[in-house]
Amino acid sequence: MTVTDERTGAAAPVSTTPLLEVRDLHVEFHTRDGVARAVNGVDYSVNAGETLAVLGESGSGKSVTAQTIMGILDMPPGRITQGEILFHGQDMLTMSAEQRRKIRGRKIAMIFQDALSSLNPVLSVGYQLGEMFRVHQGMSRKQARAKSIELMDRVRIPAAKERIGDYPHQFSGGMRQRIMIAMALALEPELIIADEPTTALDVTVQAQVMDLLAELQREYNMGLILITHDLGVVADVADKIAVMYAGRIVETSPVHDIYARPAHPYTKGLLRSIPRLDQKGQELYAIKGLPPNLTRIPGGCAFHPRCPMAQDVCATDVPLLHPVGAERGSACHFWKETIGD
Amino acid sequence: MTEPLTREPASRKPILQVRNLVKHFPLTRGILFKKEIGAVKAVDGISFDLYAGETLGIVGESGCGKSTVAKLLMNLEQATSGEVFYKGEDITRLSGRALKAVRRNIQMVFQDPYTSLNPRMTVGDIIGEPFDIHPEVAPKGDRRARVRELLDVVGLNPEYINRYPHQFSGGQRQRIGIARGLALNPEIIICDEPVSALDVSVQAQVVNLMEKLQDEFGLSYVFIAHDLSIVRHISDRVGVMYLGRMAEIGTDTEIYEHPTHPYTQALLSAVPVPDPQARERRERIILTGDVPSPANPPSGCRFRTRCWKAEERCAQETPLLAVPSVFAGSDSPAAHESACHFAAEKDVVGSASVDAA
Amino acid sequence: MPETTDSQSSATAVADAPAVAAAAPGLRKEGEKARSLRSDAWHDLSRKPMFYISGLLILFLIVISIWPGLIASGNPLSCDLAKSQMGPTSGHPFGFDTQGCDVYTRTVYGARASVSVGIFSTLGVAVLGSLLGGLAGFFGGWWDAVLSRISDIFFGIPILLGGVVFLSVVKGGTVTTVSVFMVLLGWPQIARIARGAVITAKQQDYVQAARALGASNTRMLLRHIAPNALAPIIVVATIALGTYISLEATLSFLGVGLKPPAVSWGIDISQASSQIRNAPHMLLWPAGALSLTVLAFIMLGDAVRDALDPKLR
Repeated sequence: MTVTDERTGAAAPVSTTPLLEVRDLHVEFHTRDGVARAVNGVDYSVNAGETLAVLGESGSGKSVTAQTIMGILDMPPGRITQGEILFHGQDMLTMSAEQRRKIRGRKIAMIFQDALSSLNPVLSVGYQLGEMFRVHQGMSRKQARAKSIELMDRVRIPAAKERIGDYPHQFSGGMRQRIMIAMALALEPELIIADEPTTALDVTVQAQVMDLLAELQREYNMGLILITHDLGVVADVADKIAVMYAGRIVETSPVHDIYARPAHPYTKGLLRSIPRLDQKGQELYAIKGLPPNLTRIPGGCAFHPRCPMAQDVCATDVPLLHPVGAERGSACHFWKETIGD
Repeated sequence: MTEPLTREPASRKPILQVRNLVKHFPLTRGILFKKEIGAVKAVDGISFDLYAGETLGIVGESGCGKSTVAKLLMNLEQATSGEVFYKGEDITRLSGRALKAVRRNIQMVFQDPYTSLNPRMTVGDIIGEPFDIHPEVAPKGDRRARVRELLDVVGLNPEYINRYPHQFSGGQRQRIGIARGLALNPEIIICDEPVSALDVSVQAQVVNLMEKLQDEFGLSYVFIAHDLSIVRHISDRVGVMYLGRMAEIGTDTEIYEHPTHPYTQALLSAVPVPDPQARERRERIILTGDVPSPANPPSGCRFRTRCWKAEERCAQETPLLAVPSVFAGSDSPAAHESACHFAAEKDVVGSASVDAA
Repeated sequence: MPETTDSQSSATAVADAPAVAAAAPGLRKEGEKARSLRSDAWHDLSRKPMFYISGLLILFLIVISIWPGLIASGNPLSCDLAKSQMGPTSGHPFGFDTQGCDVYTRTVYGARASVSVGIFSTLGVAVLGSLLGGLAGFFGGWWDAVLSRISDIFFGIPILLGGVVFLSVVKGGTVTTVSVFMVLLGWPQIARIARGAVITAKQQDYVQAARALGASNTRMLLRHIAPNALAPIIVVATIALGTYISLEATLSFLGVGLKPPAVSWGIDISQASSQIRNAPHMLLWPAGALSLTVLAFIMLGDAVRDALDPKLR
């Protein structure tokens, strides 16, 4: 713990402080089958105007990390056992509930996968949008309404003025996701966390929504943490990428490098398992085995039972995130061999 | 599965012929005396053939009716009109014993491995149920052994026979579902989004398994999915559906490299490509608006409300699914069936992005 | 089926095996064996103190309603007017009521009426309700529409008013008549739950899968739908049991339920209520027993609900 404190002290110069930095975060859940270690030492950071894609399968801990940042993790059963979440250099985990509440929504906003269940079905969309302005900025009903219409225009909802009184179920999936984006943007936050924002949408609508999100991000110079399992979406919008597996970051890299030369066997396996034209009629490359059960994560490198390159050392020693060139890291004992062939 | 099935995929003999298949779900009002006030036109006149030993992919967005097509082929929904011929016999009108007999030959793999297995039954009971229903397939004493064999075929440890579904992961459950589908030794398997609920790293395993089983048992697949790259990998031919109709159908090369229907073009261009280099290079068609409601579809061409080529004619005249006249007689790959008045090629995918990564 | 000599198949099999093998040891030892949902529910229940407390209480109540003589040697109907409203004496710890009957003996014997009305009503309601509701949910159509309307009508009948009318017309005042009345008015509650549970189960893919295999209606209902629709019915029925017991007491209190010479807490409470100033002990014991019984069943219902609620699973 003392090491971490020293680091905080060293990171004093304001100019280099990232917008958000997660340091050595550990989160676990108490379940009937034992303790599920969902997040086991995650470090990542995002700057203003930057898009960080957090890539992982279900159970990789990507969503739990996001929920912890937002402070919406259910505790219990969840428990943060270690780590810091620094927003402008200030640890949010040690803040008072009141301080955190002020950041949540105003400075950091979240977009969820399922817009229908994230919106209140019995309140009109206009009311829910306007509520943001009334509660946080003390606007009058009329002002809030005008602002809401403006916002709905921003996210390109056609006929915003007429539709402001409509209820969530009267909108299509894509439109609802736009409303979610509008709500997240309402208070012009500095950071947006988008948890699988387009997974529930159709391909053609997905493209619209991702484009809109990227455009608004540029315009407001916001930081964006995009949580997804879709390698295609990542390639489309991310600046840098963090690949998670069994609650750890196994590889981190600027987006261009990782697709060309992955430095972790898991990333490599994911990329290779995408069907390619020249493989037609052949067997697809498949990572063997299954993602681990979080109550019984394998010792050493969590990926070793599925890894084609695993050696004895992988079952015993936890690989640290080795620096691999500029701004890159790989948590693999054999990253050199991985990147080489 | 005792007789070796060595059907040539190339033997162009339709095993399943779908003709003008229609399914309207009536919208009713009233409690005791229901009054019909409209209908959701989930499937509105679909025709295609499935050849023995081939995989026909069907792609489309949610609400296009592809899952309803699967249910109609399985006779889980009663077709409003139209026919499905299995070896020349219309199976939409069958019931009772005749239907049960057909069901031995057409089986299904469901999308959601979490809801498609009865949580109160063991794996052995789930995979063995087909034999309970069709006792003639396997004699009673033999069934346990057959179930173990099936578990082995789909790559699961036969020792798991007494476990319950919740003890398995999604990918393993889907293998159990596939084993159940195989039990009766069917000729056709309808796969409704069989991998879309699975993790990326597990999808490839299941796709490989399905391809292996196809070769081994000479199965024909109707493979319904929204993931275009997986459909391309597994399919011999692909049909693109939009709002209850077939927009375009052809071989995988014809559809993916020479699409002539604007919707197919937009769909292909919208797919995120796992190659950051392609970000700048590729030209994307971003469609405006959403898919209209199938309860109140546009007149004429269903796609015209979102189409950049739409003209007056598209609202008046429903385009038929046929080889467009401009390509008629040509042997170019663009000469395949496409339901558009203004069908034309447009290279949206680009060779670069297709063989990316 | 040909032997899978194919290398790929065995490779996949091997690929899956270590992951599962690795997954298994962490489970408790019995996790090696099959875990059904029922054993899961039991596992949940067995860790709840509330379940044990209420379970023991209910077990005790059932035992004394079958063999009240085990703990009460007297006869609840042998009364001595001379002892009217007397306080506790040796051998009679609860004292005597207006008729001079032993309150302790009557309280013990009163359990039988309450518990039997509760159990018979619940069984009747559960069987009738799940049958009617389940079939309505499964077959739908006009049968469902008609049944839903009928159950709406029954829902509209105020239960106390209905009880007063029904039980004063059907003379009897026995456990049977009271139970029959409760079943008549209570079935729509379970029918609704059963209908909903069956409709939910019917739409599950595994039922569609069974249909696709050619399964008959009977098979789908018995093998796939019923086992999965049972949990909510059990939960509601357990909780309802408590309310039937208190309803029996209420009806007996009003003089339309069980009638003397039957022994019931409701009757005793009714007789004691006018004498509350002179002899509060007459009211205290039967009322306490009634409250405890109702509480026990409601607690059990709560515990069962927590264990069976599929949403928590």
